[in-house]
Amino acid sequence: MADPALFSVLVEVRLREGIADPQGATIERALPALGLTGVTGVRAGKSFRFDIAAADDADALAQATVVADRLLANPVIEESSVTVHPAGGSA
Amino acid sequence: MAPRVGVVIFPGTNCEHDAILAVQRLGASADLVWHGDTSVSGYDALILPGGFAHGDYLRPGAIARFSPVMEAVAGFAASGGPVVGICNGFQVLTEAGLLPGALQKNRGLRFLCTTVRLRVETSDSVLTSGVAVGTELAIPINHFEGNYTCDAETLARLRDDERVVLRYVDNPNGSVDNIAGVCNEARNVVGLMPHPERASDPLLGSVDGSVLLRALLGSATLSGSGETAA
Repeated sequence: MADPALFSVLVEVRLREGIADPQGATIERALPALGLTGVTGVRAGKSFRFDIAAADDADALAQATVVADRLLANPVIEESSVTVHPAGGSA
Repeated sequence: MAPRVGVVIFPGTNCEHDAILAVQRLGASADLVWHGDTSVSGYDALILPGGFAHGDYLRPGAIARFSPVMEAVAGFAASGGPVVGICNGFQVLTEAGLLPGALQKNRGLRFLCTTVRLRVETSDSVLTSGVAVGTELAIPINHFEGNYTCDAETLARLRDDERVVLRYVDNPNGSVDNIAGVCNEARNVVGLMPHPERASDPLLGSVDGSVLLRALLGSATLSGSGETAA
């Protein structure tokens, strides 16, 4: 078996469409104070970065997806996207 | 025999002693159950009290649900034992999948700390057994994430099965269908945002919470004696 390599993971978590986002709405309401009146549809979310030691891209993605689905996002109200790429030093 | 209540604590739980005192004063015995424990045997009922388990980091209840004790709580619930999650405890139970839905940030952006009026919507749950439908209770809330939400299908099922246990008379936080508390299909797991233990003495301004806690202890006695007989 190949030595595990290190992969960088980015998980973005956002509220599902249709779920009210009081935080995003509040940010949007603050923008006119900056003189910006054309900004709409603000949605707040979270992003998580971490490294995973995995055999390959697919393995890293599979592991990261477990982290995203089981812990980082609550599927009742949130959805997530996962991107994986080889960590800088080991590429 | 007096029912024995286990009060489950996580790092950051802060309403455990209020809960213990409130049920003790109604004649129960009560102990703390540590989040690292793997057994809840010997208890007739479990309370997951309020607070900020694991700092509410990530989402309220998101980390606590992976505590070793939660498997024991799930087993206790599966065997019919009464389980009540109050406030943060409710959030833990939804994250753990023992109750449907999720608790979102309040619609009005404020942390709410006030007494609200609640309406009992079913007498068929471990927390409202023997309490007449339509009974109004004055009980405090104390939360930032108490805005109950679920998908339309789940909401329809909750309504059809009469699993909405408590509704707000005046919705303080944007909860869908004014929901303040729900129960599982077997009706032995209940979650609610209001704090009955904070309405358990005239000095606290209301004793209406004792109505619910007394019902819980009644359910616990039944469940406990059932276990002994089995």
